[in-house]
Amino acid sequence: MSALLEATGLQKSFGENHVLRGVDVAVPTGGVSVLIGPSGSGKTTVLRCLNALERPEAGTVRIGGVAVDFGALPARRRAAQRAEAALRAQSGMVFQSHHLFPHRTVLENLLEGPVVVQGRPREEVRAEALALLERVGLAGREDSLPSQLSGGQQQRVGIARALAIRPQVVLFDEPTSSLDPELVGEVLAVMRDLADGGTTMVVVTHEIRFAQQVADEVLFLDGGVVVERGPAAQVIADPREERTRRFLRRLLEPL
Amino acid sequence: MVDWELVRSSAWPLLQGLVLGTVPLTAASFAFGLAIAVVVALMRLSPVRLVSGVARVYVSAIRGTPLLVQLFIVFYALPSLGVTIDPWPSAILALSLNVGGYASEVVRSAILSVPRGQWEAAATVGMGYGTTLRRVVLPQASRLAVPPLSNTLISLVKDTSLVSVVTVTELFRVAQQIAAPTYEFLALYSMAAVYYWVVCALLAAVQDRLEVRLNRYVTA
Repeated sequence: MSALLEATGLQKSFGENHVLRGVDVAVPTGGVSVLIGPSGSGKTTVLRCLNALERPEAGTVRIGGVAVDFGALPARRRAAQRAEAALRAQSGMVFQSHHLFPHRTVLENLLEGPVVVQGRPREEVRAEALALLERVGLAGREDSLPSQLSGGQQQRVGIARALAIRPQVVLFDEPTSSLDPELVGEVLAVMRDLADGGTTMVVVTHEIRFAQQVADEVLFLDGGVVVERGPAAQVIADPREERTRRFLRRLLEPL
Repeated sequence: MVDWELVRSSAWPLLQGLVLGTVPLTAASFAFGLAIAVVVALMRLSPVRLVSGVARVYVSAIRGTPLLVQLFIVFYALPSLGVTIDPWPSAILALSLNVGGYASEVVRSAILSVPRGQWEAAATVGMGYGTTLRRVVLPQASRLAVPPLSNTLISLVKDTSLVSVVTVTELFRVAQQIAAPTYEFLALYSMAAVYYWVVCALLAAVQDRLEVRLNRYVTA
């Protein structure tokens, strides 16, 4: 079966710093891929290349029928941006620090994409958005402002906002890293529910237990390359590579 | 001694000068100036060198020359190039260009204060540059820009007095016209000062209320 999301040969540098040195990612429809690795390994950059928030120097990204070859972008700025926007429209993004629109209510945050950008009928989208809020456990909070919610609630609105544009894939960039520990569980529970419901997901996280239970494939990145990839049961429980073993040891036995 | 009879009889003409001269001059110049400011601020933030360069020179020229000189160039010097503009439009033109230069820096820094994550979040829900500005960035930037823009507005109210030298009838010119034949300079100029002060105090009060309103989503 061919992948819904497929990235090949991603290369990205910030100045002299080669953050990605040829990374491949492939996720089938309904699949959950989890990217783990030490900070600076490039995992967040991979995610940001998948929706062209970063522009890699080389490599291709395809989601469904929309593909961008970053090594051969159109020379004209506008044309290149159009190609990237078309790719970006295929995925939803959940940020580490949610980046909700602070001046709009929870419901308005969800409507911006589908109504304002996609031009879908407001009433239809509203019903869909309320259902999404119920799904992430925030029924009745649609008229709150983001600042009136807890960190975990804000992040769950962020997930609902990402889903509201009806993306083919949802990208999660360390969605629980900025949360107080007691709020992490509620966000992971929502993500688990989405995974069980067949949402295609790419997740950057340090939550190893989540990866173990939810991921179909785990990719361990270090130094801008995928060091090891495979089923969660293998990469986490029985890693082949020494670097993976060392990373997991540090993460699981911090003392 | 103060001629109280003259003070009383001058109150109404001065108010007319304020309401029919100073206020519309201020309102029109601020509105046009703000529009210029947003355009110039976005030009300065443009990745295209030529565009940002033009904006940079404009701001530098406006801030580097006296408003009075700008006013004289528009009203007295342009006619020698064959461009003759009536007093009112030339006053509004000069004031708008001036406000535009100063306010563009305020608008630019307010736009830059909106976190980059907001631009990124807007992009991920499908917004392009224009929509992001309109729906996400400018609403948040306006909150940050209100206090410094209020300063600009209050300065503008007082700067309109300069256009009396290009024969536009506004508060200060009315005061001059009454004072000249009667030699009641102290009374008339003090009255004009009080009128300006009252208007600026009212604007400051409006600013306070606006700040509270715009801040409501931050503190909630």
